[in-house]
Amino acid sequence: MTTTPAATDLTHLDAAELGRLLGAGEVSAVDVTRAHLDRIAADDGLLHAYLHVDGETALATAAAVDAARAAGDELGPLAGVPVALKDVVVTEGVPTTSGSRILEGWRPPYDATVAARLKAAGTVLLGKTNMDEFAMGSSTENSAYGVTRNPWDPERIPGGSSGGSSAAVAGHLAPWALGTDTGGSIRQPAALTGLVGHKPTYGSVSRYGLIAFSSSLDQAGPMARTVLDAAVLHEAIGGHDPRDSTSIPGQHPLLAEAARLGAGGDLTGVRIGVVRELGGEGHAEGYEPGVLARVAEALAVLEGLGAEVREVSCPSFDLALAAYYLIAPSEASSNLSRFDGVRFGLRVGDDGSRDLDEVMALTREQGFGAEVKRRIILGTYALSSGYYEAYYGQAQKVRTLIGRDFASAFGSGDGDGVDVLVSPTTPTVAFPLGARVDDPIAMYAADLCTLPASLAGTPAISVPCGLSDGLPVGFQIMAPTLADDRCYRVAAALEAAQDAARGHRLLDELAARRTTGGPA
Amino acid sequence: MTTTTGDRLLDFDDVVSRYEPVIGLETHVELGTVTKMFCGCSTTFGAEPNTQTCPVCLGLPGSLPVANAAAIEATVQIGLALNCRIASWCRFARKNYFYPDIPKGFQTSQYDEPLCVSGYLDVVVDGETHRVEIERVHLEEDTGKNLHVGGSTGRIHGADHSLVDYNRAGIPLVEIVTRPVSGAGAKAPEVAKAYVTELREIIQALGVSDVRMEQGSLRCDVNTSIAPVGALEMGTRTETKNVNSLRSVERSVRYEIRRQAALLDEGVRIRQETRHFHEDTGSTSPGRSKEEATDYRYFPEPDLVPLAPDAAWVESLRLALPELPAARRARLIQEWGLSDTEMTWLLNAGALGVVAETVAAGASPAEARKWWLGELARRANESGTELTDLPITPAQVAELSGLVAEGRVNDKLARQVLDHVLAGEGGPTEVVEARGLAVLGESDELVAAVEAAIAGAPDVVAKVRAGKVQALGALVGQVMKTTKGQADAATVRRMLEERVVGQTG
Ligand SMILES: [Zn+2]
Repeated sequence: MTTTPAATDLTHLDAAELGRLLGAGEVSAVDVTRAHLDRIAADDGLLHAYLHVDGETALATAAAVDAARAAGDELGPLAGVPVALKDVVVTEGVPTTSGSRILEGWRPPYDATVAARLKAAGTVLLGKTNMDEFAMGSSTENSAYGVTRNPWDPERIPGGSSGGSSAAVAGHLAPWALGTDTGGSIRQPAALTGLVGHKPTYGSVSRYGLIAFSSSLDQAGPMARTVLDAAVLHEAIGGHDPRDSTSIPGQHPLLAEAARLGAGGDLTGVRIGVVRELGGEGHAEGYEPGVLARVAEALAVLEGLGAEVREVSCPSFDLALAAYYLIAPSEASSNLSRFDGVRFGLRVGDDGSRDLDEVMALTREQGFGAEVKRRIILGTYALSSGYYEAYYGQAQKVRTLIGRDFASAFGSGDGDGVDVLVSPTTPTVAFPLGARVDDPIAMYAADLCTLPASLAGTPAISVPCGLSDGLPVGFQIMAPTLADDRCYRVAAALEAAQDAARGHRLLDELAARRTTGGPA
Repeated sequence: MTTTTGDRLLDFDDVVSRYEPVIGLETHVELGTVTKMFCGCSTTFGAEPNTQTCPVCLGLPGSLPVANAAAIEATVQIGLALNCRIASWCRFARKNYFYPDIPKGFQTSQYDEPLCVSGYLDVVVDGETHRVEIERVHLEEDTGKNLHVGGSTGRIHGADHSLVDYNRAGIPLVEIVTRPVSGAGAKAPEVAKAYVTELREIIQALGVSDVRMEQGSLRCDVNTSIAPVGALEMGTRTETKNVNSLRSVERSVRYEIRRQAALLDEGVRIRQETRHFHEDTGSTSPGRSKEEATDYRYFPEPDLVPLAPDAAWVESLRLALPELPAARRARLIQEWGLSDTEMTWLLNAGALGVVAETVAAGASPAEARKWWLGELARRANESGTELTDLPITPAQVAELSGLVAEGRVNDKLARQVLDHVLAGEGGPTEVVEARGLAVLGESDELVAAVEAAIAGAPDVVAKVRAGKVQALGALVGQVMKTTKGQADAATVRRMLEERVVGQTG
């Protein structure tokens, strides 16, 4: 893959390749960082992937890595590789807004565990990426700080809520980035920008320091240009964290190894279940034919690699959207209560003429955007006494049913079930900016395919499987709890086979477009 | 009768002859764990405001709680001591409401799945046992403290601005809720007090909290209602807060019973409301009305995993429980040969602990009780301190008691020794030696004093020899006077008898 015209540009190298070159002393961390900062300076005016970039600090961090390497220090494989973090990740001393006006100017006094782990690994923080306010949205249009554009077509959305991260990585303004996924916020933007995005098993990546949207659903995960990079970044941030009570202790699967195994191309004996309820027969309404065609082609590729493909029915997946839009807003209504203007962030109207309740109300009135308010109201209603059982209680039951559908599809592991479930990641390709802002239900439908794995807490990856109307289509692979390695293995197999058939990577087509008058 | 609050009150005895009071108590106990409920911050009382805080207990965005295992263990111990069933599986819940002293906008508590349920505590009032049923014991976190500056009342209304200290935010708090207690009649106020007293002693015995009401590590909300005797339905209850001493528990119930009766007699409906108790006047005044109470929108806390206390672990805690106060009292009554009344005196004087320690240090139970309920109680009373705060240890009292038993000091000297010990001059033996307060033996000095007394009162000697033995007392007095009370009266008497009576016999 190193024969494309852009390969000489440091911003076009994979993170794993950058790590190798840095380790071999063939490039310096300062050069790599500067290349990305230059690219940000050139392109981010249009894309608006970043909310905060501190080039000076990034270069200083990179210089420190170079100095340590020159001094002969033992450094990890990621030392000097730049990274971008979704602005939902708390970073010590670095502005963190979660895309909200209510946190404007807040500089946290601590690091999220994922940020601390990346820091300890020697990565260089390029900046914080744009997102839908408090991760509520599927297009990044709900950011208080303006929209982010899709590098494939600047008139289209980059997905959401991790749209800043997807635009940054697809646009080569970062080699990789962290996103967070509550109902699809990693997988959907990855799909719409031609990236690999993985939502880990709930509890396998620490939530400590992620500004909570929906505590029982939120997971941080990697967004990268290759399956291997995603696996490497996932391993760097994953594993047990005693600061997160829901973090899973013990051994976690080896992911990079699974990706390398998959890239070998042999899927003999791997059983793949295609979820009928996600775009299958009788459930195709709202799915673009181009999306379904690419997914069918991907299945054929996987079959060609030796996998057994069969259809599987998960009837309760039809209820996922309704359940999600009760559970997530309910938890959000409580999680967002702390934004009251008392201890941090915005405070409005505290001029001595108003009492406490008025100042709190005014702060929240002006600090939160419309979608956030809509969900707080929805969640407050769903939790209120007399309605709790009918809404929150019922939604939790649906969640149990969805978990059972997964469990029966995967079987007991000895022959009857499938190893992974697959579907399109999204029903459509990236839609135009503004197309769904006035239609929340249409916007919510963008997460139709990603919600079941979120509600079940199971891992799922989105990997590119071609273009439809010149825009990327994502292929979703879902696995049982803590079997994230299966996602990476199957994704890597598909990626390798399609790249080989195509003769280049999908993202190289975006690079080619750039040279012929793309977003730059 | 009127009070500063303008409430009309009826005579207590009259009220309880016509109305049946029902009480209920919600007690909050701050646990004495080293760290807070969900973070590693210190729980030490009295630190500079906001110095014992971190992202977790300040509720900063992104922070997450991790439950304190020691607090869970202490709660299970309390539940076991209160005869509760320990849940095999339960969860924390979020209680959502806005207030600046709640950093997260919700309090992490327990709702419909408490850690301990269905227990009881027996309390004795005037020899009669009352069973107080415990509905639940659950674990939650304390709030911060608001300081309203610029107002006259210290309350939020009229204040210029407010400050919040989050040192207390997140300290583990155990809430112990009783079922409604009925049938106590006129004894209801005393049952309420006896319950809190007993609860406090149990928690003290468990060593899981210092249960100091004045520092707020034990806080009590008292529910009171009354209904006409024989009525099937309970009356509307009020919830009295700010009840900060054992005495106030009793007074607040008594006050509410009298106030509510006056209203009911006039046909006025009792409002279900929160009331504040005022220590100075012994009265209550209305606070926030329950009828406009917030909907807390409880739901299971998704940031914490469920608690599933292992049955074997619970059993090991049960076996390791220390001797509880009731069992200890029964044992001591037996061992010390006390009557129930004598035990009650000890309890009322707050002297059981120190007496037991004095006995453990070697004094006889009777001597130990004599000292603590007599001389020491008097001195504590005079100086207005608690008995247990006197600057003397039970071991020192036992030592003094030993000196008396050995005859090294007599009662009068012993009281002097006590004064010097309390003045900080050292232990009893040290004081005796330093001050030369020991009883004189049959020394030359004493023999001389005895012989001088005999020689100086030939008339008394004659009377004694004539058979009026009681006249010897005058000579004893004379010797004690010459020796400045430092002789042992019995020894002096024996020496006199030998010399006066013995010569004739
Ligand atoms: Zn803390």
